[in-house]
Amino acid sequence: MEKNNEPQSRTPFWQDPFWRSLIYQASVLGMVGLLGYYLFINTVTNLEQQSIATGFGFLEKESSFEIGESLIRYSAADSYGRALWVGVLNTLKVSFIGVILTTLLGAFVGIARLSANWLVSKLAGAYIEVLQDIPVLLQLFFWYAIFYEILPSPRQALAPMNGVFVSNRGLVFAVPESHPAHIYMGLALLTGCAAVFFLRVWARKRQEETGQIFPVFQVSAGILLGFPLIAWYVGGAPVSMDMPAMKGFNFEGGITLSPEFAALLLGLVLYTSAFVAEIVRAGIQSVSHGQTEAAMSLGLRPGQILNLVILPQALRVIIPPLTSQLLNLTKNSSLAVAIGYPDFVSVANTTINQTGQAIEGVALIMIVYLCFSLLTSVFMNWYNKKMALVER
Amino acid sequence: MNETQTTEKIRPPVTSVGLIGWMKSNLFNGPFNSFLTILILCFLGKTVPPMIRWIFIDSQWSATGTECREAVGACWSVISVNIRFIIFGFYPPDQQWRPLVAMILLVTLLFISRNRNFWGKLLGYTWIAGLFCMGLLMKGGIFGLTSVESTQWGGLPLTLLLSVFGLTAAYPLGIALALGRRSRMPVVKTLCIVYIEMIRGVPLISLLFMSSIIFPLFLPEGVTINKILRAQVAIIMFTAAYVAEVVRGGLQAISRGQYEAADSLGLNYYQTMRLIILPQALKIVIPPSVSVLISAFKDTSLVVIIALYDVLKTMQSVLSDPKWMGFSAEAYIFLSLVYFVCCFFMSNYSRQLEKELDV
Repeated sequence: MEKNNEPQSRTPFWQDPFWRSLIYQASVLGMVGLLGYYLFINTVTNLEQQSIATGFGFLEKESSFEIGESLIRYSAADSYGRALWVGVLNTLKVSFIGVILTTLLGAFVGIARLSANWLVSKLAGAYIEVLQDIPVLLQLFFWYAIFYEILPSPRQALAPMNGVFVSNRGLVFAVPESHPAHIYMGLALLTGCAAVFFLRVWARKRQEETGQIFPVFQVSAGILLGFPLIAWYVGGAPVSMDMPAMKGFNFEGGITLSPEFAALLLGLVLYTSAFVAEIVRAGIQSVSHGQTEAAMSLGLRPGQILNLVILPQALRVIIPPLTSQLLNLTKNSSLAVAIGYPDFVSVANTTINQTGQAIEGVALIMIVYLCFSLLTSVFMNWYNKKMALVER
Repeated sequence: MNETQTTEKIRPPVTSVGLIGWMKSNLFNGPFNSFLTILILCFLGKTVPPMIRWIFIDSQWSATGTECREAVGACWSVISVNIRFIIFGFYPPDQQWRPLVAMILLVTLLFISRNRNFWGKLLGYTWIAGLFCMGLLMKGGIFGLTSVESTQWGGLPLTLLLSVFGLTAAYPLGIALALGRRSRMPVVKTLCIVYIEMIRGVPLISLLFMSSIIFPLFLPEGVTINKILRAQVAIIMFTAAYVAEVVRGGLQAISRGQYEAADSLGLNYYQTMRLIILPQALKIVIPPSVSVLISAFKDTSLVVIIALYDVLKTMQSVLSDPKWMGFSAEAYIFLSLVYFVCCFFMSNYSRQLEKELDV
């Protein structure tokens, strides 16, 4: 007690917060290091004993397995590296289409859940509740079974619409025949996007200076639809369609979605859209009714209320969980391995089985998915910073 | 007399109360909604009656596979005939009462835990004892029970075991990770963040692959762990990361004042956490924890991919029997119903709890 005026000098080092935390951290690090070393030594011994090669040299070797569908040219003579790249592209393909469809369907069901119509609201509620509670893998199996078991062979294919055929070989539909005008249309669309971007910047600046609101939405929609349409007309207005037709035992022409792809897409979209619908509903409900009333009393029109008052606030609540759900969709697409769609995990699994290099294979799977997650969280941080409430 | 005449009750108009009023305000408010209602009713009228015919009227409940093939309706006998295999897998038939008792025990425990009056230390100990009993019942080997190797475990008990044991074991780990992530020690914090974000960034299937092919390489020579335990470890590792994030949410909701009050009482870190912070934080995170349990329950179905015989896999092996080939739709609908009922009760409970706890 009497030594109070000699601060710290008498504190034993194990009671000094600085030294104590240093000791704790050193011991934690030591334990993790020891565990890692132990596992490493065991692994090296085991690998030597089973004479399994290590390293990523196998990526250069010939894969000698076929892949059912591929976005790039691929054959069994290509390397494992290329096979895995085909897998990554297939994962990206199903995720990209899935993300778009899920967002649209989820928003639609979420809004339907809030409908004033009792029947619509209850149906949307049942949709959300049922699809959320059934494991996505079970849903994939179900849809896949529907495709290969219940649907007829291509000869008796169902044709729900002109140019669309559903059979146990998948979904076939007609597409416009390739024509140079399509390239012009693509370019026109890109130009349109750029024009819309500058239009928005200009409109915002003008609104801040003069207070006048420019009808950005209508004009952008016009540009985005109009530019490609003009290009289509100028390019010669091609209308011929590439119709699928029976040749031998299967369809030829058009675009074919394999049963695996169709089942995977359907399962993922239905499952994830139920979660998205719930998020959209909660987001819209999070904006209090007072906001709508205040906007009305300012004299805004319903469209403006939605655009300027409700959506900016609802989106701030919706976007973060929405992104994580869409990332979940991407991660769940790895279940493709169970129904035989050649996504990245499926190709990596085949590679592991053939080469026996499990550690490298699983590491590759983890790295690829971590990259997806990292990109998503970079986007999220950027978005959160942009949308964060500026408190005064 | 006069008075009664003047105060004669005026009934509300027929169009605003009762069935008609309800329909007017809920189904036919405005032309667009009326149109939607009629459209949906037409659609339901087209689809529901044939579905009911298929499910209930034309269906077969105890026929053989060949009889089923001739019938037009659903073939529920694919389930009723094989129900024992679907639920219990390869568990020895004369011992199947044991997993049944274990499941009943689990459901009873879950049911008791619904009542908040029972929440307390006693319930915790009951759970530990209950889980221990369940493991004992499944494994056997003492008290005159014949030992059943875990390679023979399967079906619904396996699904329940993996998810419930998974969450129970993941919880302490998750709490430790959450505390580590909020720690002021940079090394501990970094390790926890790396672990949590890495696990949350990869799909469960990659961890299951790891458990089935890489874990054996990690072990010293001669030591083997069976497949179910390895999958269980993967599920625990995976669930712990999600539990950690949920618990972190609870920790963040505790105001600084609580920490300062604990400090001013002279409590050290462990006392602060054990006596002040965690009891409050864990109470807040009960509803989201139920959601984690639900996803763990659904996610255990993924063990099919590494060829464990959970309820989905037993169903598939029934379907691969030539006698029962071609009835996948019925089989999967039945399983969906099983999963739906379980998850629906849990999520309903979580919602009710959220309301009661008012968080």
